[in-house]
Amino acid sequence: MTNHVETQDASVAGEATRGFTEILALYHGFGRGAQRIEVIENCEFKLKPGKLTVMIGPSGCGKSTLAKLLAGYLHPDEGSLLIDGRHIAGPGKDRLMVFQESALFPWMVNEENALYGLLASGQVGAGARQRVTALMDRVGLGRFRHKYPGALSGGMQRRLEMVRALVNEPALFILDEPFRGLDAMTRTLMQEHFAQMFEEGRRTALFITTDIDEALLLADEILVMSSRPMKVTRRITVDVPRPRTVAGMIKDERMKHIKVAVTKALYSEAIKAFDGSSRAVAAAGFEKFLDTTQ
Amino acid sequence: MGDVMQNHPAATAARKSRTLRAQAAAGARIAQLLLGFACAFLFWYLTVDVWQLPRFANLPGPSEVFSEWFSPDPIYGLSFYTPDYYWHILHSLARVGVAFVLATLLGVPLGLLMGWSQRVREYVFPLFELLRPIPPLAWVPLAILMFHGTETPVIFLTFLAAFFATALNSMLGARSIDPSLIRAARCLGAGEWRLFSRIVVPGALPQVFSGLQISLGVAWFSLVAAEMVSGEYGLGYLINTGYSMATYPTIFIGMITLGVVGYLTSVVIRLIEHALLRWGNDEQGGRS
Repeated sequence: MTNHVETQDASVAGEATRGFTEILALYHGFGRGAQRIEVIENCEFKLKPGKLTVMIGPSGCGKSTLAKLLAGYLHPDEGSLLIDGRHIAGPGKDRLMVFQESALFPWMVNEENALYGLLASGQVGAGARQRVTALMDRVGLGRFRHKYPGALSGGMQRRLEMVRALVNEPALFILDEPFRGLDAMTRTLMQEHFAQMFEEGRRTALFITTDIDEALLLADEILVMSSRPMKVTRRITVDVPRPRTVAGMIKDERMKHIKVAVTKALYSEAIKAFDGSSRAVAAAGFEKFLDTTQ
Repeated sequence: MGDVMQNHPAATAARKSRTLRAQAAAGARIAQLLLGFACAFLFWYLTVDVWQLPRFANLPGPSEVFSEWFSPDPIYGLSFYTPDYYWHILHSLARVGVAFVLATLLGVPLGLLMGWSQRVREYVFPLFELLRPIPPLAWVPLAILMFHGTETPVIFLTFLAAFFATALNSMLGARSIDPSLIRAARCLGAGEWRLFSRIVVPGALPQVFSGLQISLGVAWFSLVAAEMVSGEYGLGYLINTGYSMATYPTIFIGMITLGVVGYLTSVVIRLIEHALLRWGNDEQGGRS
């Protein structure tokens, strides 16, 4: 295990085989009787090891519920979730999650925050410390190692949370809209940062978003989700090499096609939220939007 | 680049003007503080010494109180120069100290456990909420029946008030921790003990300390009440005997001393809080 932590090459080579995730005939809902809401209905998909899968869907469709099921905070009503063939029974370090909201411990200095997972399992050797130092330098937090999270900006906090998750080498990395609420500039930088970090140590990742451009920038594979009750409506492979940029995406023919496909799939789900005359208005607006992208 | 900026004359000037501004602000604060005190003393002086208003007729004026307080040979037997004065202060301080430490040692862990564990809360909290509203003075007969001597009943009454305030605030502190932090710690593999010691305790600490401030306040409050009932020394006793022996300036000396000593003890707690909660100090845009 210690060797695994210290030699990065070995761990990178090992990543590709870890984190094969299967979601089978999944059902989940909240409430009882008349108050019952079905959130997930017969949802099935697989996450390929070493691939970045982006899950996109209308907001409020149940993506975060699925993330919590995967993390083990919730137990499914029916169906199974498996990682590398094992059932998910509760929270565990093989699946680490980065949330929408910051979950750094304000009373620990940043380095201690990053080391928390290793401290909790008593795995802190000199090698682990070096890795944290290297990762923090890598994401531009080197000077803030002995400061508290309160002194960091929103974007820096997000990066620190990623470092904290990454040093634990999870088999599956779950990111639930991690860049939501950041300003546009920081968000773009964070996306580039994240894509680069992913390329350097490919590990199975599920990235949840509502932003099409973000999905296209990052994904190996895109899962378009239906509105509630949620299931996968389309699965689109993005076989465009990284690094990708927003500017490059406008020129690239393949990217344009993928974007239209994702937009259409997403649109047919989003339109269900409108009714009657407002649906016609929304549809007209969408046609105009498609014209501009083609 | 940072070094270049720091040596730049403009930067030096800016830093200098910043220090000057900070000094000016501190000066203004002290001036305001002194003005507040001056107003209070002026009011006292005018009502008692100058106008001699009917309701204030029996009270000693500031000049009488302070000449007594600073006199090497006080008329009523108590001043800065008499050992008795310090003996009273010491007794009160020791009683509050013992009661406060006991209340903290018992109240903080109990409160944190009540906040952390639903089972402990279900067992203890209803009883706790039933006992909490009973004022310390209602415990006086019980305290005298249960404990012998004069010291222990006084300390017991002081402890009671402090204990409930400490435990309640510690519980609220433990319950106020952001659930996403607990989730994150669990996700990162923290066991129950580590979760409690590294997340619940530090996360509750700001509220625990505001509880300690309240607890210290009510400790002084019930101490003085208890000392008035029983005891041979202490500031509460001093004030009470000042009334029954009609040595009125002594009452004022006791009261002002209580204010000063009480304030100083709360400053000590604040200093400890500041040292322990360093992480709250460099929050962006937070208190600094």
